[in-house]
Amino acid sequence: MDYMTLIQLLDSTVRLATPLLLACLAGLFSERAGIFDIGLDGKMLAAAFFSAAVAAMSGNVWLGLLAGIAASLALSLLHGLASITFRGNQLISGVAINFLAAGLTVLIAQDWFQQGGRTPSLIGGARFNPITLPFADALEPMPIIGPLYAELISGHSILVYAAFAAVPLTWWLLYRTRFGLRLRAVGENPAAVDTAGVSVIGLRYAAVCICGVLCGIAGAYLSTALQAGFIKDMSAGRGYIALAALIFAKWRPWYALWATLLFGLFGALETRPDVIEALIGIKVQGQLLGALPYVMTVIILAGFVGKAIPPRAGGEPYVKER
Amino acid sequence: MNDKTDMERQATAAPAIELKGISKAFGPVQANKDISIRVMPGTIHGIIGENGAGKSTLMSILYGFYKADKGEIFISGQKTDIPDSQAAIAAGIGMVFQHFKLVENFTVLENIILGAEDGRLLKPSLAKARKSLLKLADDYGLKVDPDALIQDIGVGMQQRVEILKALYRQADILILDEPTGVLTPAEADQLFRILGRLRSEGKTIILITHKLREIMEITDTVSVMRRGQMTATVKTAETSPAELAELMVGRKVLLRVDKVPAQPGDVVLDIHGLRVVDEKGVERLRGIDLQVRAGEILGVAGVAGNGQSELLEVLGGYQTATGTVHVKGQALDLTGKQSDGQSRRNHGIAHVPEDRQREGLIMDYHAWENTAFGYHKDPSYRSGILMNNAAIKADTVEKMERFDVRPPNPKLAAKNFSGGNQQKIVLAREIERNPDLLLIGQPTRGVDIGAIEFIHQQIVALRDQGKAILLVSVELEEILALSDRVAVMFDGQVMGVRNAADTDEKELGLMMAGITDADAKIGV
Repeated sequence: MDYMTLIQLLDSTVRLATPLLLACLAGLFSERAGIFDIGLDGKMLAAAFFSAAVAAMSGNVWLGLLAGIAASLALSLLHGLASITFRGNQLISGVAINFLAAGLTVLIAQDWFQQGGRTPSLIGGARFNPITLPFADALEPMPIIGPLYAELISGHSILVYAAFAAVPLTWWLLYRTRFGLRLRAVGENPAAVDTAGVSVIGLRYAAVCICGVLCGIAGAYLSTALQAGFIKDMSAGRGYIALAALIFAKWRPWYALWATLLFGLFGALETRPDVIEALIGIKVQGQLLGALPYVMTVIILAGFVGKAIPPRAGGEPYVKER
Repeated sequence: MNDKTDMERQATAAPAIELKGISKAFGPVQANKDISIRVMPGTIHGIIGENGAGKSTLMSILYGFYKADKGEIFISGQKTDIPDSQAAIAAGIGMVFQHFKLVENFTVLENIILGAEDGRLLKPSLAKARKSLLKLADDYGLKVDPDALIQDIGVGMQQRVEILKALYRQADILILDEPTGVLTPAEADQLFRILGRLRSEGKTIILITHKLREIMEITDTVSVMRRGQMTATVKTAETSPAELAELMVGRKVLLRVDKVPAQPGDVVLDIHGLRVVDEKGVERLRGIDLQVRAGEILGVAGVAGNGQSELLEVLGGYQTATGTVHVKGQALDLTGKQSDGQSRRNHGIAHVPEDRQREGLIMDYHAWENTAFGYHKDPSYRSGILMNNAAIKADTVEKMERFDVRPPNPKLAAKNFSGGNQQKIVLAREIERNPDLLLIGQPTRGVDIGAIEFIHQQIVALRDQGKAILLVSVELEEILALSDRVAVMFDGQVMGVRNAADTDEKELGLMMAGITDADAKIGV
């Protein structure tokens, strides 16, 4: 495999890892606060549709992004209402959101655009276009560093950079601020937070809202940056892979980055069977690579690679007791 | 309390806490009824009473977890409203719950600042807390490692963290709910030294417990609660364990059960050197020796939490133990390998558990389904590999009739029967299997008067058929009315065994308070 192939492979790894990373961080906020969220996929899908639809109609991708975030946030609040306020089952609520999003997006898309459940293709300002970082063109001819900078680091959309910036930000918020301390505490032992005089419900809603915003950005990225428009079921299970990555990352922000990059690499390899054949000499089915994230998660959960301990109060509605 | 000025100051100062006419009901259950109490600053006030007497409810009201239906709270003479924990903290009240409210994978320091941070960023808060912690450790002798994770330190240390949490929030009033329940005796002594130190520094402490020894050892004044009411408040120095035990257990209308003298036969249950150590390493049973003969009822008396539950759990097959237990000469497996409900039933043991709603029944299941539990492999309940539901239902209808279960509807969920009728369903299931040994815990807890009589008659009838019965009850009167012999348990040991005819509430009350057999005979 030559250097340029490697750069291309890594470049597409970054592109494919971005939505996973955003969704994974979204799940991290929610689950660290004790709210399991299996509805990441549905929220991404809803955001993907509404951002593409609004971008297509207005021609402004930023309005599209806002619409996507709003849609995802609305579903998050629905999840919060069901699982925090009404103390319902979080898994069931999440599954319901996935179904709701899968059905509604296509239905509304057909009603609005009559294109078989898709939005029109996005062009120009209705899409997040690649940003060329300073000196990219100047540095390109240089050996090794040139292609690395120009191809791999430069030339992504703003959302990619935002996703990567979200990692240290999440870490800082979680481990260096009062909000983070309380958020982690509420996922571990909500009674401790409650008896300390802090609102469990308020914290959990805050976490769910952050989750909604991040899922919204992830969904908008799918339809307005990675692709140019919405198509049916375009989230393609990425929400579930993000959940797998979250377990793989043991609910920690930096680990989440590495986990989603790894899963992004699998995704990139899936589209380049020639590279794998060149590397290991055997022809490997692309679908096998697609299954790898799940296989690895099962291995992690079985306790083969360290121990993944989920937040202790995760999945349980908080009921005040003396 | 050794010099006069202290006494005088107390006489003139406003009480640290004053409750006036606090009442709280949960549905039909009156958990607290018109409770008034005054606690002077710089004293330790004990609140004693059996489980379910309403102590914890009262303290939860004081800490803002529940809102009282009626009544007023005064803190240092000021009428104070405590709608939530935040208000309680602001009023200077700190609470150490029976089950600690700590985040296991946080450090001591993080737990202490949680909810009491000084700003949005953690670093300055943690630095400040570290300093205060050192000072608190010096002032009160509360040494902890601020950087240790909660999950890595022992329960005694965790409790210290809870106390520090309250002190860090500048609490002047500290409430401890059953603080020694999870502690070893050495840790408990240490806790009492700390409490003494806190008192000498002017803090007011409320100690909730059902252990008389602790009350006598550390408190200045003590209130006794029974069935949601405050039955007495006395100075500790002017009372005795015997008086407190009597106040706690109370006297109500004497129960009478008609029964002929027992005709004890062979030994059915023979317990020797039974020991149980719980998962926290605390010894719950410390060498029990007991025998129950055919045709007699052995009553096990004691204040709740002195090992009676563990005894039933071991015999019922869901708690491991060391020692030996023989039933009709056959040894029971106590290691957990072959000890389960099924193997115990095979030995001819039937069990009516103490907590019928958790261990005796599945509340959402129908009466007929509950009737089959544990006996679902009985050939008469099966047809081939399937359950013979029609047979079970028919059998349930018959049992309901014989045990006067109302309403006699086998398709009603267990939760829809009253407490007494739930108990009758369990009793019918267990007694009708004709066991050699019946274990029965708190047979009439939460059961109405009419049903109590019926249940007692059934137990005596079983005895008269020549069966051995081990009865555990915290109701002394029930023990005296039913038993032929009475064993008193205290702190995981049997304090003594008496013939029911030769003893009375006074003697048993003393034994329940942990006053030794020899002392009790002298009549301390």
